[in-house]
Amino acid sequence: MRTTRYAASLAAAGLMLAACGGSEAGNQAEDAAENTAEVQEDVQFDAGTTMAELNEAGAMTVGTKFDQPGFGLLNPNTQAPEGFDVEIAKIIAAELGIEEDAIEWVETVSANREPFIQNGQVDIVAATYTINDTRKTLVDFAGPYYEAGQDIMVAEGNPEGIEGPDDLAGKNVCSVEGSTPAQNIRDNYPETTLTLFDVYSKCADALSAGQVQAVTTDNVILLGLVAGSDGAFELVGNAFTEEPYGIGLALGDTEFRNFINDVLEESYENGSWAEAWDRTAGAISGLEAPEPPAVDRY
Amino acid sequence: MQFLIDNFSLLWDAFLTTLGLSALAGLLAIVLGTLLAAARVGPIPPLRGLATFYVEVFRNTPLTVVFFFLIFGLPQIDIILGFYTGAVLSLGLYTAAFVCEAVRSGINSVAAGQAEASRAIGLTFGQSLREVVLPQAFRTVVPPLGNVIIAMVKNSSIAAGFAISELSSLLPRLVNADAGQLTAILLGVVIGYMLITLPLAFVVHRVERRVAILR
Repeated sequence: MRTTRYAASLAAAGLMLAACGGSEAGNQAEDAAENTAEVQEDVQFDAGTTMAELNEAGAMTVGTKFDQPGFGLLNPNTQAPEGFDVEIAKIIAAELGIEEDAIEWVETVSANREPFIQNGQVDIVAATYTINDTRKTLVDFAGPYYEAGQDIMVAEGNPEGIEGPDDLAGKNVCSVEGSTPAQNIRDNYPETTLTLFDVYSKCADALSAGQVQAVTTDNVILLGLVAGSDGAFELVGNAFTEEPYGIGLALGDTEFRNFINDVLEESYENGSWAEAWDRTAGAISGLEAPEPPAVDRY
Repeated sequence: MQFLIDNFSLLWDAFLTTLGLSALAGLLAIVLGTLLAAARVGPIPPLRGLATFYVEVFRNTPLTVVFFFLIFGLPQIDIILGFYTGAVLSLGLYTAAFVCEAVRSGINSVAAGQAEASRAIGLTFGQSLREVVLPQAFRTVVPPLGNVIIAMVKNSSIAAGFAISELSSLLPRLVNADAGQLTAILLGVVIGYMLITLPLAFVVHRVERRVAILR
């Protein structure tokens, strides 16, 4: 009797698995239909370079955020991330002759981006990754391909009258532990009480519950939260830092870095950069594509 | 190593936060867990049902969900706890379910004749529990109770995701400051936890030997 019951539940589990497999295949077909960047069929790279290796393999691994609307957000239906960072990575892959479906997406959070690059667990990282001098000693950066800035998000109508970082003194302000904006508040605005979670979505919860009076991080991240709040939040719109987003890659791989820089500049010129913006972050925030930042070949 | 020394005050503060959180939550868990165990073996059916319900709810809910409920769920009905209070309650209420089951197993290990004898000489249920059954039960319960509390100390790391700057919240913070020091940072955090759990394990072992009874 018991054996039959086990057999039945096993069979049921098998059926469910089969059903999942079917829908996944369907989603992949849909994806292919809206393929973004045109994959370069015949490209030649000098032997021994990272480009030649990746081109040969026909696949690459990209680290990106899975929880950032507009830049890198996991679509639960397709199990693939979507956003501006993702599109930029697809443009780079296409120039390497790699199909979109052959990209393996790995979730990187702020704290594991350098180790993943150093250990070779990812080929590149495109994950709202601010270029700074400490990080430059550990990894190389191509780009920047976007210039963000730290800003403040408040409840609708701005009840506390917060216009800039100096107004945060004595307020309870939310951000994410281990992020550059949080450290900036600690270092430069010590009068502020910081409430630190591990993801920004909790900051949104805390702001709507009134447990904090403001949320601070890069403006593009806040724009995603504002867009998802049904008008409950608003952006102060007074960016007070410069956060150039770059593509992270292994330290010392200058040829690969130059190649990505070339690809980025080309995407500025042929309009694929602006197109990627309009379809992702632009569609969420309602903002037109800004002027792309000049690539910094340091 | 130099990096850890430079950040010693941060590590120390975080260590004290973890220690304080664990101590308060542990106290809550042991007191509440013992009361729950008493209710579960007690003669009053509604109390027994209530305690069983409590244990099954908290034991079968992931700790993160308990945290979410207390920190973000309660404000929906206008109950706003401070983040620290919320963390102590989440951790304590959750662990109480496990303490209850450990203590109950201890109570069940005391031969039924003991309780019957104490009732026969005229002790009330409360007296027989307090004077006869529980003192014997706690002896058997020391090792599993030690396990539950040690697990709780490590579970307190969940609070890092809910606005408490305890030991494991230093991981992302220090990695962001200098990702090149990852190994040293991990080491520092692990040592912090061990400074709590190893002495705890030692004490548990000593108490176990001290109160051991031959049956």
